[in-house]
Amino acid sequence: MFSLFLEQLLNGLQSGVMLFLMASGLTLVFGVMGLINLAHGSLYMIGAFACAAVAAWTGSFWLGLVASLMAASIAGALVEMLIIRRLYNRDHLDQVLATFALILIFSEGTRWIFGSFPLFLSVPDFLTGTVILPGGSQYPLFRLAIIVAGLAVAVGLFLLIGKTRLGIRIRAGEADRGMIAALGVDIDRLYTIVFALGAALAGLAGAFVGTTQSVQVGMGEPVLILAFVVIVIGGIGSIKGALVGSLLVGFTDTMGRFLLPHAFATFLDPSSATAIGSALASMLIYIVMALVLFLRPSGLFGATS
Amino acid sequence: MTMNREFLINSILAIALITVPLIALGMDEPFIITLATKVAIFAMAGVGLNLVLGYGGLVSFGHAAFFGIGGYAAGILASHALNYEPIMESPFLIEGTTQMIVIWIVALVVSALVALVIGAITLRTSGVYFIMITLAFAQMIYYFAISWPAYGGEDGLSIYVRNGFPGINTLDPISFFALCAVMLAIAMVFSAVLIRSRFGLALQGARQNAQRMTAVGIAPFRIRLVAFVISAMITALAGALYADLNRFVSPTMLSWHMSGEIMVFVILGGVGRLFGPLAGAALYIILEHLLGGVWEFWQLPLGVLLLLVVLFARGGLVGVLAGERKHV
Repeated sequence: MFSLFLEQLLNGLQSGVMLFLMASGLTLVFGVMGLINLAHGSLYMIGAFACAAVAAWTGSFWLGLVASLMAASIAGALVEMLIIRRLYNRDHLDQVLATFALILIFSEGTRWIFGSFPLFLSVPDFLTGTVILPGGSQYPLFRLAIIVAGLAVAVGLFLLIGKTRLGIRIRAGEADRGMIAALGVDIDRLYTIVFALGAALAGLAGAFVGTTQSVQVGMGEPVLILAFVVIVIGGIGSIKGALVGSLLVGFTDTMGRFLLPHAFATFLDPSSATAIGSALASMLIYIVMALVLFLRPSGLFGATS
Repeated sequence: MTMNREFLINSILAIALITVPLIALGMDEPFIITLATKVAIFAMAGVGLNLVLGYGGLVSFGHAAFFGIGGYAAGILASHALNYEPIMESPFLIEGTTQMIVIWIVALVVSALVALVIGAITLRTSGVYFIMITLAFAQMIYYFAISWPAYGGEDGLSIYVRNGFPGINTLDPISFFALCAVMLAIAMVFSAVLIRSRFGLALQGARQNAQRMTAVGIAPFRIRLVAFVISAMITALAGALYADLNRFVSPTMLSWHMSGEIMVFVILGGVGRLFGPLAGAALYIILEHLLGGVWEFWQLPLGVLLLLVVLFARGGLVGVLAGERKHV
């Protein structure tokens, strides 16, 4: 039981770290440009497909990973320059609709190119084994590697935002766009870079998650909605909030699915305990979100509007 | 002048909705009657959403929740009635039904209660938060429907015989179309009366300037909550009809794609216009039928069209045809 618990904790951590890669891009784009981007899930899907296609073609997962970063950031930069740029001064309704249209275009385009059958990504050889957890159960080495890689990217992102000149400009852009434009920062280029950065993070998450699940059209949408829940909980625009929210959602979701059926089984018969437990577990993160909003309408780390 | 042009367009839309199925009946094309029924139902779902989106300025991205609740009201009540299983026996007996009127009342009551809870939480927020939270609540209900095994879970629930309405053979396509068209007309008249009423003016006032509304002694929160509930009820009624049209209900009706589609009907047609949802739903179904017939990946050109409408043709179909709206 203990080792199973530990395994689920690690799964929760993995899902939280992957969510952070998605949510940080969303929240950056919202914080700096004031844009709500539904098509963020499509960039995740593009990353996964690019990785799967290149890995299958060249036989190298690492080239696939590079391809996922390139494809997602290039797609992000192009979409920003062609379409998204026209939406910054529009209201949220227009942004929602235009990015919803982008989802239709990306999903249907991917289906056109790759067909409806899922692709599969295999893990590089030296990461295929398992590790023995304290308590004796085995855990896939690659999942641990994903957690480590995800955490490394998260640390890198915090350093980028906190310590570099680009990060200073991004933070300045969040605080006052008019002022940094007046100080001579090329704001159009900054926006394209931020958007491409968010896209690259989403694409990377897609490639990572693609190794543990199948790569298929529509894979980005459930993650996108979870990422929305994350940034709503954390406070829209806050990277720190995105981190806390991601871990909270990752752990709540995974542990809820694991523990609730067990908890109900203590006083219900097994079949209805599983039914009620899993139904409640699927709603749990939304209940947490509602609670957070009820107490703090602008999220845990959101600026009070 | 522009009001006259919009009136003309509205008349053409209404006449087309009625005459196309009649011509199809004469030519013995029941499929076209089904398409027209779908237009009427989707338009009605859009009329519901338009109330909060167009007049209230509240971008609800979760109206599929109410559409699906209506659908499941029809599916669950009918399945209990057809299997002769009461829904509950204690403390008092509740049985299933195949009567549309009862189903509609249940759909209205349940959707109103759910909308009251969701609205009370989401309307405390605004802007992007409101969009994302309405979406999240709809997802919550969607995942609940998928993981709750009693009513088909992911596979959905079939309604083996379309539910009945007194005096009408609902299995006859043109009769069912007539029923849906009348319901749409009632929803539109109700919505038109509502937005011209004191309540409707307050709702539009709260969209334009919430502070000024507060200053004259009207609390925007309560006005918006009532509008949200009414809007959900209209969309739920459309959902009940949609389940009966397909004789099937599944979590797809609750999915966020459905929320997006209902929003697309409103926007394609024209936000905040009485006939906007009808124009949008008709355009959507015609495009689906025409493009879907030639190309498997018809949603790609649909996406491009939607993108162009958002970027360059604000005001939608009715807006483009009728010109700028007079300021009220």
